[in-house]
Amino acid sequence: MTKEWRPRIVAFFCNWCTYTAADLAGVSRMKYASNVRVIRLMCSGRVDPQFVLDALTRGADGVLIGGCHPGDCHYAEGNYKMLRRFQLLKRLLRDMGIEEERVRLEWISAAEGDKVKAVINEMTDQLLKVGPLGLPQRFEEWDKEVTRLEEEIRGGDAAGAGCACAAKLQKPAAASKSEVAHV
Amino acid sequence: MQSTKENIRIGFYVCHCGHNIAAMVDCADVAKYVKGLPNVVLSRDYKYMCSDPGQELIQKDIREYKLNRVVVASCSPLLHEHTFRSATAAGGLNPYYFHMVNIREHDSWVHTDRGEATVKAKALAHAAIDRVAFHKALETKTVKINPDALVVGGGIAGIHAAMTLANAGKKVYLVEREPSIGGHMAKFDKTFPTLDCAACILTPKMSEVGAHPNITLWSYSEVAQVDGYVGNYKVRVKRKPRYISEERCIGCMDCISACVFKEPKFEDEFNEGLGKRKPVYIPFPQATPQIVVIDPNVCLNFKRTKGPDGTPIVSDRCKKTCVEACGDKNAIDFTQKEEIKEIEVGTIIVATGFKTFDSKRVPAYGYGIYKNVYTALEIERLVNASGPTGGEVILREGKNPDGSPKHPKSIGIIHCVGSRDKKTNVWCSRVCCMYSMKLAHLLKEHTGAEVYNFYIDIRAPGKGYEEFYNKLLDEGVHFIRGRVGEVTDWAMTPEEEGKLVIRVEDTLAGYVRRIPVDMVVLSSGLEPQADAQDVRRLFNMSCGTEGFFLERHPKLAPVNTFTDGIFIAGACQGPRDIPDTVAQAGAAAAEALVLIDKGFVEQEPNTAFILDEECSGCKSCIPLCPYSAILYDETRKKAHINEALCKGCGTCVAACPSGSIVQNLFEDEQIFSEIQGVLAYD
Amino acid sequence: MKYSYYPGCSLKGQGRAYEESLLPVMRHLGIELEELPDWNCCGATAYMAVDEGKACVAASRNLAIAEKAGLQQVLAPCSACYLVLNKTQHLIHDYPQIKSAVDRAMTSVNLKYSTDIPVRHPLDVLISDVGVDAIKQKVTHPLKGLKVAPYYGCQIVRPYATFDDQFNPTSMDRILEALGATMVQFPLKTKCCGGSLTGTLPEAGLRLSYIILKEAIKRGADVIATVCPLCLFNLDSFHGKIAAKWESARIPTVYFTQLMGLAFGMTAKQMGLQRGLVPMKPLASAPACCAARTAAAAT
Repeated sequence: MTKEWRPRIVAFFCNWCTYTAADLAGVSRMKYASNVRVIRLMCSGRVDPQFVLDALTRGADGVLIGGCHPGDCHYAEGNYKMLRRFQLLKRLLRDMGIEEERVRLEWISAAEGDKVKAVINEMTDQLLKVGPLGLPQRFEEWDKEVTRLEEEIRGGDAAGAGCACAAKLQKPAAASKSEVAHV
Repeated sequence: MQSTKENIRIGFYVCHCGHNIAAMVDCADVAKYVKGLPNVVLSRDYKYMCSDPGQELIQKDIREYKLNRVVVASCSPLLHEHTFRSATAAGGLNPYYFHMVNIREHDSWVHTDRGEATVKAKALAHAAIDRVAFHKALETKTVKINPDALVVGGGIAGIHAAMTLANAGKKVYLVEREPSIGGHMAKFDKTFPTLDCAACILTPKMSEVGAHPNITLWSYSEVAQVDGYVGNYKVRVKRKPRYISEERCIGCMDCISACVFKEPKFEDEFNEGLGKRKPVYIPFPQATPQIVVIDPNVCLNFKRTKGPDGTPIVSDRCKKTCVEACGDKNAIDFTQKEEIKEIEVGTIIVATGFKTFDSKRVPAYGYGIYKNVYTALEIERLVNASGPTGGEVILREGKNPDGSPKHPKSIGIIHCVGSRDKKTNVWCSRVCCMYSMKLAHLLKEHTGAEVYNFYIDIRAPGKGYEEFYNKLLDEGVHFIRGRVGEVTDWAMTPEEEGKLVIRVEDTLAGYVRRIPVDMVVLSSGLEPQADAQDVRRLFNMSCGTEGFFLERHPKLAPVNTFTDGIFIAGACQGPRDIPDTVAQAGAAAAEALVLIDKGFVEQEPNTAFILDEECSGCKSCIPLCPYSAILYDETRKKAHINEALCKGCGTCVAACPSGSIVQNLFEDEQIFSEIQGVLAYD
Repeated sequence: MKYSYYPGCSLKGQGRAYEESLLPVMRHLGIELEELPDWNCCGATAYMAVDEGKACVAASRNLAIAEKAGLQQVLAPCSACYLVLNKTQHLIHDYPQIKSAVDRAMTSVNLKYSTDIPVRHPLDVLISDVGVDAIKQKVTHPLKGLKVAPYYGCQIVRPYATFDDQFNPTSMDRILEALGATMVQFPLKTKCCGGSLTGTLPEAGLRLSYIILKEAIKRGADVIATVCPLCLFNLDSFHGKIAAKWESARIPTVYFTQLMGLAFGMTAKQMGLQRGLVPMKPLASAPACCAARTAAAAT
């Protein structure tokens, strides 16, 4: 990489509280890290976990979801629905080996411009420590690895192919030619 | 993913917003970048897109270049989305083919590196270009507006708003928590800077409200529940029992004189506890409605204990001389219960006012410790001719040698109590300087005492206000600039004995002074009502960090809230004086009238609908909808969304396992393409 | 309830009576105090004025020791200790250079300052953790008729008013009222006692002590109750000089814990009351129980 790596954060903000708070931060000329890209939704309840996964898959290093404080949802309870989904999503992400810091849910009311600033800066700092997620690059490497394995297997003993493939897929990064040769 | 059959032709505009955007974002570079993106036919940067020439530019381009999508990168969509949608429509396109990129509030104003801000603007623009291709032509929904209105709070703001609407021929419900309307203003003696008597200008308005054929006045009542949406609110109002029939009471007050308590014995709320009232009382002579109230907490005919549901229990222990006195008017009803009224209104004006700062929170000023320390509101009652002392300013503590009540010979008025202080409230309460000076004038007039004002800054920014300050200076009222350190009865010299000593750094003279006075007045600041958070939830509004209700836009929509059809007026939105409150109440009424007289309101077509063929009938979505807008068709085993009830939150869309629910303006494809777009450029 | 007890220099020296009364009183209320092992100077007064960084290092060593010992809370009865230990935590948070100085120093002695252990004042613990009601229950010899001027001094409420009001603290009032004593309305509760000026600039310092003594007498107090060893020293030690310069203002000053002990039935001697320079005379003429015990202490 030629320039210094900066984390990329995709944010999903609800129209009524957090998006407005981000507007307020702007009007108040607060300064925060520039690596967040806000996508406006009407309610945090609209955040489909697929949006989060898709953002990470496409190269985001972190995802921030902003909704109204409990009890304050413009649609009565969309934020609670999001919270429920978020709990499940966190477990899923943990199982996938994605660090907890990468996906964050925050309640930010329309008056809390300073909280928008604080959360974005804090998350940026945390992600700088955690480092890049780089899923697109990882996918590419995994694809290459699988292609290479397939080629090797096709060239080697056809009978052992299934077994080798299973072993390699569990530990793709540690795969080495000697191991394959041994099989 | 781009599977549209039509030929997409996007026009992109990046706004300089003078220097607001251009100083931090290289607009020309953004335009150049976007020009190279798919489907973009033209890409321009322009100084002010929201100006008439900017909007005309869009219209002209739509026609000339046969554009069928428009993207503008400028300020927040909450500010100008409507402007550009209208421009798009004027150009002959469906307005929902427009999309807006926020590169001001979310970019140029919050970042400090021009390179980074420009990169961000490009990414956000890219997302919009990707997204807008999936936009569809939509029709704006219209909703009918119920012409009846509700005004919550019967202070001067609520009174003025209700009168304005009622005079325009609209039916208004005015709900007030206290037994009488009038609010804080009814307690004031005079108003600054004109010194006209508050009662003289307020009470005629109050009786007008009480008598107005278009106003239903419900005092001693509170809003309990609000359902529905703009134009069609269903409101439940709790009417507290006053143990008097409002229909039968004629306000003769015979019951009050007949009460078994010969002398008033209980703390009188209207007089800030300086006077006494009986268990059956009328808050003040000009109270509206002129109907007495019985306080079950002190009335002998009620038990001291309450029922399991908290309602007072009638004991029938009292001789009930009041009932006797009422005679065949028969207005007293000890069995009265709390009543819930249901009403339907189209618009609501919230004017719930403020509460004064509790001066006990600054113990250094001795309120509650030294008897001769007063709050400003107490002084308002003390100098009032109809107040507890008939307008005679006498000290709470101390008597003359002959046993007669003592009048203060020196008075200190401390400004900014609970205002402009990190330890209490940081905001300026705006009215205290002026009312302090008004009280200084009145106290001097009533007592001839030496009056000292202790101030941080004198804030007199209003018509005739600075002149009033000058008048006070000429009258010989002392002004000492400095925040008071403490009020103490610790005397260091014989002259200080028996007095309250105000210790203050006189910042103009440059030394610490001790000023002995007989009476201290604390100019307490204004705070949100104690239950402001509950009220806010009730009406689905927001509060600022300090707790006052949040307006939709501080400059352009000062009486609107984020909920359509609900407006705010008066000091519930922030500290303000009477002229400003009345002006704002008029504005709120005018905003409500706009909706009422138009008869309908246009709503974002961001509702959800179900793709029938995809729906598996799993019913996951049904319990998620807070508006019960999703129905289940048992015969077809499919869900169905009632578009009239859907508010467009999108919660069901996110939860549908088969992806068969679509939210207009926030379709999955649109959001996925936006995600792709923001990450496409780094 | 268990706390780490940080006595500081005063409670082992000049302010010995404070420790002598505090420990049995706390024990009596079921509070366990474990003296911090190998504690050192808190870093008060002179250190802080000369070099804040070094003062913080001195203070933080005590906190690091408590942390190492696994103790949850530190009890600092001396007002100066209480203030400096709290101030150190604030400074470590606010100033990276102080934090790094502390970290360096701690590393060199194999200690670590990583968390903020709450530093509590006995008044705070008594009011918040023990509660007035529990104190009331232990009273066997109510201090009926004893008029007390509650004097808090400046340091426990300023600049950090964590458990009581900055200008009108009432925690000691509430405790002493629970013992049956009567509080005189005392507006000088948090005024300066003269601090170290009584030594360095007596004409200024002594005047401040005199003002407090005089006001307490004027308001009819029998005794001044305080929480601070330096305040007690100033108010108790210069009566001769004060009388020579202005007028006699003799009134005894005691630690609030001494009064607590008396109310719990402990003897005046056990409470170290004999160490006071102005004896607590009014007690002898007050209720029989107190008089008897004061007399016993004298023998």
